[in-house]
Amino acid sequence: MSAIEILGLEKTYSVGFWQKRQKCALRPLNLSVEEGEIFGFLGPNGAGKTTTLKLLMGLVFPSGGSARILGMEIKDPGMKAQIGFLPEQPYFYDYLTANELLEYYAQLSGVAARERRQKVSQVLARVGLEDVRRTQLRKFSKGMLQRVGIAQAILHDPKVLFFDEPMSGLDPMGRREVRDLMEELKRQGKTVFFSTHILSDAESLCDRVAIIHLGELRGVGAVADLTSSVEGKVEIIWHGTAVPASLKALTSESHITGDTVRAVVREANQDAVIDALRREGMRIISITPVRTSLEEYFVRKLKPSEAAAGVSS
Amino acid sequence: MKPSSRITLAASVLLVLLLVASAFALHHLDQMGSRVQLDEAFYVMSPKLAQRLSLGYDGLLADVYWTWAVQYFGARHVARATHYELLGPLLEIATTLDPHLTIAYQFGGNFLAPSPPDGAGMPRQAIRLTEYGIRNNPSDWRLYYNLGFIYYMELKDYAQAADAFGRGAQVPGAHPFLRVMAAQMAQHAGELQMAKMMWTIAYQSTQDRDIRENAASHLLALQVEEDITNLEKLVALYRERTGHRPSSFSELEASGMLRAVPLDPLGQPYKLTPEGQVVVQEPERFPFLGKGL
Amino acid sequence: MSSRIVHIASNTFREAVRDHVLYNLIAFALLMSGAAILVGQISIGIERLVVVNLGLAAVSLFGVVIAIFIGIGLVSKEIEKRTLYTVLSRPVERWEFIVGKFLGLAGTLVVNTAFMAIGVFAALLYVSRAFDRADVWVLVALYLIVLQFLMITAIALLFSSFSSPLLSAVFAFSLFVVGSFAEDLRGFAAMVPGLSRWLAMGAAYLVPNFSSLNVITSVAHEQPITRQFILSGSLYALLYTGMALCGAVLIFERRNLK
Repeated sequence: MSAIEILGLEKTYSVGFWQKRQKCALRPLNLSVEEGEIFGFLGPNGAGKTTTLKLLMGLVFPSGGSARILGMEIKDPGMKAQIGFLPEQPYFYDYLTANELLEYYAQLSGVAARERRQKVSQVLARVGLEDVRRTQLRKFSKGMLQRVGIAQAILHDPKVLFFDEPMSGLDPMGRREVRDLMEELKRQGKTVFFSTHILSDAESLCDRVAIIHLGELRGVGAVADLTSSVEGKVEIIWHGTAVPASLKALTSESHITGDTVRAVVREANQDAVIDALRREGMRIISITPVRTSLEEYFVRKLKPSEAAAGVSS
Repeated sequence: MKPSSRITLAASVLLVLLLVASAFALHHLDQMGSRVQLDEAFYVMSPKLAQRLSLGYDGLLADVYWTWAVQYFGARHVARATHYELLGPLLEIATTLDPHLTIAYQFGGNFLAPSPPDGAGMPRQAIRLTEYGIRNNPSDWRLYYNLGFIYYMELKDYAQAADAFGRGAQVPGAHPFLRVMAAQMAQHAGELQMAKMMWTIAYQSTQDRDIRENAASHLLALQVEEDITNLEKLVALYRERTGHRPSSFSELEASGMLRAVPLDPLGQPYKLTPEGQVVVQEPERFPFLGKGL
Repeated sequence: MSSRIVHIASNTFREAVRDHVLYNLIAFALLMSGAAILVGQISIGIERLVVVNLGLAAVSLFGVVIAIFIGIGLVSKEIEKRTLYTVLSRPVERWEFIVGKFLGLAGTLVVNTAFMAIGVFAALLYVSRAFDRADVWVLVALYLIVLQFLMITAIALLFSSFSSPLLSAVFAFSLFVVGSFAEDLRGFAAMVPGLSRWLAMGAAYLVPNFSSLNVITSVAHEQPITRQFILSGSLYALLYTGMALCGAVLIFERRNLK
């Protein structure tokens, strides 16, 4: 059983004064996420990521299609007990303290009374907010609120987690912590579905990704597959101030920074270039296969005209 | 960085100056007197409208209008006014909002009916108001009493007065004298004793300060009138016996007809005029006095 | 299920208290003190009448204002501030949310009224020097006022579930005004013929009939309230409140939270 199964889920809004104009926020989406994987839902702002999440959370009603989480319907309260949700730029009751908020959420999630205090403490410690547990949320910074958001999502030990832009508003330390947390969740056997427009996060974390743009799914697949090199290029870095004349024909790109030269050569020419450099007495620093970055794949997928000519996923 | 102290000082000083200046400007505006005397008439609206506007807080608004009525009348009465046009409407609004506001009917009976400056000089309106009160409070004997009082004192309609007292006497718990008055109304109309009895009951039937003061003043005046009547009788008797008028009360004292110099209810001696009439020293202390002025 | 409603209700109560709503009691206390002291100067013989009229009117008005001001934000504020997302993603039914919010505000008003009742009776004691048997009707009047609060709260909540705070306030307040002379509306309806009559009648029954539950003036005159009246009034208020809540649930169940 897939953790998340989305079957033709779509959403169209009626806008305008007389509610006549149609605005399509999400075209019929078909997607499935397996248990235990970290799944990245990528796309630029306004692509439909948040709409999809809201549809899955039951905050917005679909115009068509359906979805199942852990085999249960979206409306099923039994399903809701097994999921956790972190909305984008979350906002909480600012008159409550962190402790009170989490206690309240624990109550609503049906956590047994005797376990509540313990779980709340645990989760506050996990996100590093123990010291400020008695501070009112109105005094929290954006980063602290984000942590509270994560805390309330994992509080009741759900099986599937939905994060909308979990890294937003965090400094590099914070982002690292969130990444670590997501990996820990995966180790615990949980499924994580998160949306982001920051590709480097997705690249390092996700097992699989989906790309969405203008409400339409543009590509799905395992990160490794999507970024595997097709053309077979290699990047060679050496000490020097210029590309030797003999190599100019073989190198397609080169950058010179100070006394370091970086050049990209085709895999086939790799040995030739290395020999040439050795002959010239250049000290080679590194040789790395070039992978198509997720960014390139992303950009390519976003251009509809090239979609057909693009890499098959 | 703290806010600039120079600006703080300047703004504070300016604020105080402008406040004072605006107060002066307002005062100047008031003095122009171009404002129409809206104040009073503004609050006097149709009773139905007042009911709508009260948003269900009728009783409270009735009390407010009642208070205004009292103050309106009081202020004008002190100034010896001759017109009290708003008294009737104010009482009407108060009683429409709260038909059980007995004190408003009593006030109307005592101050709406009599002629100015003692009252508004609107006995018919007072009667209408009181009848309305009786319709809404059929078991309150004091309202029947009020009605009879107005007919007797202001309109001299003894038949109607008797009828009102009669109706009131049938109410359980009514003052026992209502029956007496109903019976004696026609025969003893105008008599001193009747008037005394009526004012006494008026005094007893309410807690309202103004009504009580009014009744007390009337009783004082009646006492003086009674004294004067008796004294003038004595003077006439003396004249018969001795053949000449007494020049002062001491002569009557000497002849044994009086025990001491007669004093009025406020402690001042009565004066005897050369024509044989008895007067009070200070008439202005006895409003409502019809004799001995 | 019911425990979630209780949790939502108590959190709503907590929010109102932390929003300093109970400070209105200070203003109320000042008002009652001033009135108790001054009433003796202004109207002798009707002190009790004025204190009861003023006290109950103040309880009613303060409460209605609070009910409307907090009620209109009960749902719309949560949607606007997006605090709702993390609540509804939990096993909380939408209707439970509505009922919980209602009970929270209703509870706040009951507590507020209880404190105010103490103030009214203190003022009564001051002007009358002793308690009257008739003072028990003041308690009945307070109970009926609380019933009116339930109705107006449900109405404010209903508007909150689909309308902006400003519009909700205008609608709710308008209904309060119309409801205070709803009896006249029915009287008027009885007089006009044809379609207008049906429209007026419909409006008269649809509007919350606060005037029917208002016994302030009677109680001020120490008139008793029959048990019959209390029961019928309670029934009407509860039915009407329930109806408004159903409306709120219907709307909220369908609402897309953009």
